[in-house]
Amino acid sequence: MTGALDRGVDAAAYAARANPVAKLAVGLSIAVAMVLSLDPVTAGTALLLEVVALPWCGLSPVALARRSWVALVAALAAGVGTALFGSGDPQAAAAVTARILAVTLPGVVLLATTDPTDLADALAQVLRLPHRFVLAALAATRLLGVLSDEWAVLGLARRARGLGGGGPLGRLRDHLGRILALLVVAVRRATVLATAMEARGFGAATRRTWARPSRLHPSDAVVAGYGLLVAVAATAAGVAAGTWHLVLT
Amino acid sequence: MTRSSGWPGAVGVAARGWGWRYATRRAWAVRGVDLDVAPGERVLLLGSSGSGKSTLLAGLAGLLDPGEGADDGTGEEEGSLHLDGVPARVARRRAVAGGAARTGLLLQDPLAQTVLARCGDDVAFGLENHAVPTVEIWPRVEAAMRGVAFPYPTAHPTDQLSGGERQRLALAGVIALRPGLLLLDEPSAMLDEPGTRMLREQVAAVLAATGATCVLVEHRLAGWIDLVDRVVVLDRTGGIAADGPPVTVFAAHGAALAAGGVWVPGHEPWRGAGPPRTPPATAPPGDGEMLLQARGLTATRRARARAGLPPVVAGIDVTVAAGRALCVLGDNGTGKSTLALTLAGLERPVAGEVVAGPRLAAGLRSPSPHRWRPRELVSRIGTVFQDPEHQIVATTVAAEIAVGPRRAGVPAADVEARVEELLGRMRLEHVARANPFTLSGGEQRRLSVAAVLAARPRVLVLDEPTFGQDARTWDALVALLRELIAAGHGVVAVTHDAPLAGVLGDAVLRLGSEHPDRGREEPRVGAA
Repeated sequence: MTGALDRGVDAAAYAARANPVAKLAVGLSIAVAMVLSLDPVTAGTALLLEVVALPWCGLSPVALARRSWVALVAALAAGVGTALFGSGDPQAAAAVTARILAVTLPGVVLLATTDPTDLADALAQVLRLPHRFVLAALAATRLLGVLSDEWAVLGLARRARGLGGGGPLGRLRDHLGRILALLVVAVRRATVLATAMEARGFGAATRRTWARPSRLHPSDAVVAGYGLLVAVAATAAGVAAGTWHLVLT
Repeated sequence: MTRSSGWPGAVGVAARGWGWRYATRRAWAVRGVDLDVAPGERVLLLGSSGSGKSTLLAGLAGLLDPGEGADDGTGEEEGSLHLDGVPARVARRRAVAGGAARTGLLLQDPLAQTVLARCGDDVAFGLENHAVPTVEIWPRVEAAMRGVAFPYPTAHPTDQLSGGERQRLALAGVIALRPGLLLLDEPSAMLDEPGTRMLREQVAAVLAATGATCVLVEHRLAGWIDLVDRVVVLDRTGGIAADGPPVTVFAAHGAALAAGGVWVPGHEPWRGAGPPRTPPATAPPGDGEMLLQARGLTATRRARARAGLPPVVAGIDVTVAAGRALCVLGDNGTGKSTLALTLAGLERPVAGEVVAGPRLAAGLRSPSPHRWRPRELVSRIGTVFQDPEHQIVATTVAAEIAVGPRRAGVPAADVEARVEELLGRMRLEHVARANPFTLSGGEQRRLSVAAVLAARPRVLVLDEPTFGQDARTWDALVALLRELIAAGHGVVAVTHDAPLAGVLGDAVLRLGSEHPDRGREEPRVGAA
């Protein structure tokens, strides 16, 4: 049931199969540890332990590279920036780079290996978030795909009307107009979608059942536990090396 | 309690002086409706656009809620609208709580009705909302999908469905709830002929199997008419204009309904359009001159190319000539729109070329329309998109018509004159100051044509110009296109409306349907 995922993602991998809430917990644990201290040992240890776990995450190297290159570029740029214009301390630069990567990597894995439908199921059933909001947001994500097609058509239609071209200012104005048109189209579509959802009983009762039960399994505890382990081990390593400093104080 | 195994039974409708006014509007959308529909009856609801047909269906579905206070609900209600003796709104709430829907509503726009990413999940959505026990959900989903002969498994992604397949999926989602009253709001208005035929067959099968009551709104009646045993015509000024068996109603009101835009069998506008393509008494100016030519053209949509999908049309050789019409026919997914957009200089050819004739390209650097600047293109090749709302760029109807000529550099006084002339010609004077988005479907279509004609392009490319249009607009469009052809314009019409091609076409280009990747279809504008 992972039709929405790309090729290059093995949905049957151990961590990929985990409940989305467990994957969220991993990201959250590590993020907390990374926020507490900015030092190369803590961030480096966390990143190392994440990379070690990658083979169980179901992402091929190509799929991983395609999804994380933006984070990689940002992390390196931030590191270089720190080295050149900040403290000038290469250790601080390494810490910044490693920290950004350590925080984003679990997020990349979560997004790449989780079908939005499964995420919504887990948020509503496991975390008990209000199902109306979760399902409305899920329906809206599907509409986004439709709107990206509409965006392309609006561009063609505006060219056909003689708009666009002529200087950066003209192009900016044309873009604003196109955005406005997209908003109108989006509201129309959303209104019809809301009617279709209501006509099928959405929002009329507080009780609902779930076609795809989302439950936690022992393996989810393993995945979430590993996230906690990464956070604790990284912090311990930082403390042991004497580089760990509580950022908040 | 048979609700999990059997159909709960057909629903009866009783409306007494019913009316509804949306909170955002001053005028009543529908008013003074007195109507009884017996359980199991199948009613075709007719009326000119703006007579409140969709509002009545929404009311029957229990979706209109006046609320408690003045600002509470979505509008104001008068009279009563009951299902089996219970107000429709209450019936909906009780049904959701009770686990089986009383009504099922199928809407017009296939793209906007799909809720979830996988087909099975989408069908299950309504069952979940009705709190059907989880163990019962999947058997009912699969039964509903079988019931509409859905060709894909439950895990199939919904974004790869064609418009017709989406409508059938939506129908499966509706019948999975076993409604006693099926409400169909122009379900085939956006489908091509094969898609419409399939949907009609599925609806007929569902009605036969369940005995459910049905209220249907449709403009194009052919085929649907055999499904219904009663026709009710809403009066634009309120109340019911006609009510009875189809034969009786059409015998008494057929001509009037047709004049009001309804596609009444036997009163189709092309019956009055004369023999196809009567040769003009005098040859059009520049008759036969080459305006545009495609040579070995292979074309695709940018989005498609990005997704790594193969081009939809390949190896096309075709000429657009002055005083001639070229009709491009084919079902959805055969690349008609792609071809049109590429001929119109909007998409870049993948291989081969599109070149403009020497007169059309005079004064430009390149003979290839896709290299022209927008302001150069607009006065040479005009494109009318399938969905008029996509090409709206101004806030009033008059300003919308002025955009093209202004961009082409026409002097202000001349622009004004052209706007005046087109407002009159296209019967849009009464809405000249209105926002284009507030117009009816027919008015929007006329506006989209007027706005393109204002820049006086020599070549006119129209993508499904008659799609979802009523008979009156159809007639007006055909008359206008014939006039343009006689005046020496080159017209390209992409359509699956065979009668349109019949009355226009000199040349017909038929694109095959045996394409390797037929499933994927773009939004209603640009059916790939």
